[in-house]
Amino acid sequence: MVATGYLFAAIFFLGGCAFVLGGLAFADTLNALLLKGRKRAASKFDTYESGEIPLGSAWVQYPLAFYIFALLFVAFDVDIVFILSWAVIFQQLGWFGFVEIVFFIAVLALGLVYAWRKGVIRWI
Amino acid sequence: MSDFAWGVVAALVKSIIIIVALLTAFAYMTLIERRVLARFQRRVGPNRAGPLGLLQPVADALKMAFKEQFMPGRAFRFTFLLAPALSVFVALTAFAVIPLGDRTTWGTSPIARAWAPFVSDINVGILYTLAISSLAVYGIVLAGWSSGNHYSLLGALRSAAQMVSYEVSIGLSVAGVLMFAGTLNMVDIVHAQVHQGIWYILAQPLGFILYGIAAIAEVNRAPFDLPEAEQELVAGYLTEFSGLRWSLFQMAEYINMITTSSVLATLFLGGWTLGALHGILGAPFIWYGIKVAFFLFIFIWLRATLPRIRYDQLMRFGWQVLLPLSVLNALCTAAVVAFDLQWWVSGLIGLFIILVVSIIYYLRLRAHRQVDKSGIVPKSTGLDQVLPASVRLVNIDPSQPPTSPTHATEPAATTP
Repeated sequence: MVATGYLFAAIFFLGGCAFVLGGLAFADTLNALLLKGRKRAASKFDTYESGEIPLGSAWVQYPLAFYIFALLFVAFDVDIVFILSWAVIFQQLGWFGFVEIVFFIAVLALGLVYAWRKGVIRWI
Repeated sequence: MSDFAWGVVAALVKSIIIIVALLTAFAYMTLIERRVLARFQRRVGPNRAGPLGLLQPVADALKMAFKEQFMPGRAFRFTFLLAPALSVFVALTAFAVIPLGDRTTWGTSPIARAWAPFVSDINVGILYTLAISSLAVYGIVLAGWSSGNHYSLLGALRSAAQMVSYEVSIGLSVAGVLMFAGTLNMVDIVHAQVHQGIWYILAQPLGFILYGIAAIAEVNRAPFDLPEAEQELVAGYLTEFSGLRWSLFQMAEYINMITTSSVLATLFLGGWTLGALHGILGAPFIWYGIKVAFFLFIFIWLRATLPRIRYDQLMRFGWQVLLPLSVLNALCTAAVVAFDLQWWVSGLIGLFIILVVSIIYYLRLRAHRQVDKSGIVPKSTGLDQVLPASVRLVNIDPSQPPTSPTHATEPAATTP
């Protein structure tokens, strides 16, 4: 019963893929058949950067801050998986579950406070 | 035919119906958004194509289909062509577990159950939606990266950082609802609300607001539409896309909005139910539609009202306001459930926290806006560091010519 749910979701996913890819293929074919004679000037294939001529490759190094946020995200998101699965059966756990999760969230909050004090969750 | 075969056939037909319905909803959402935005700005909006402008989406679609699909010379071809489609796949797939009605909408026989108005009834429904909708970042990052454009890459990276930052708050604010409902299944969450006789917005006002704000950031809508901030990034990851592939990104955005509104309606507003009125045949769809339309209208309203916030404000808000508040919300809800208190205690605590935060925000705003007797210079309180530290302000005497060589005008371009 449970597995069939995933099967139906997969059917839905494949249906969506077929719809979008079919539409794209149809439009691309239509485009190629009906709209001929495109101009192929070299400057047309430049990327558009507000009229500036693009300098160098676009695949440049980017700020380290993104990496730190990604790292924080991984830490917190894994915690959330635990918290969600705990929340579902919380009513059966009662007091013991509450104390446990307070401890767990305290550790989580400590991580947040540490990152905050280090100044990494402040952009720039 | 066996029940299983019936289930597969039903899933296939329902998938097609829901996909077509979502695409139609997307097309008309663009029209409604333009009309409503126009009203907000005291304009009329598109009303020429057909009665009330109802054929405008058709005209737009035809126009888009016949536009040239431009690809820059430096683009990474395969990813560039596929990224828009990927966005739409993900947006559509997240909708699979949204219930538009009960399991027994058409009756209690196995065949009637197979045709219940949702594609998939899996036991981790809400987790499935969260997981799939967070994949939306792939479409945007791949599009930005493969364009070969500096601005596109920056927009995509910003989008990735923004989405992962607000993802955390989304997960934590859902936890409060799950403690009350005791299940992850979307249909059973609605049943739990009917059983307890409340909508969870009453027990979880803070969770509702946190989820709402984080969800707006998650679907990159105003005022959190930083990835496409045209003043700074041209059009972000959308810059190099045109024609049908551009409209696929729009499609993904609107479908994500519809999914988010549906999740909000299901978790906090009782989904398809309204008192005892959902027993009537066809009524569930009407209640569900009204609730979703209400949230979609709020999306448009926010876009018309709020200016886009700056990127450092966005990250600070996500990590230093939303995340601590959602941790607090989860803890308070846990305490209420552990003490076996009534649901309204949790509601009151939530309202109290909202009140306190609003007062703090108002006081900080007032401190920031306080002016000296001259009436011009804002009083510095030390709290109102509005500019990032990397920006330096210097006093410039306009009567003196600039002395620093960095301020000198650029040499005139040498013409060959």
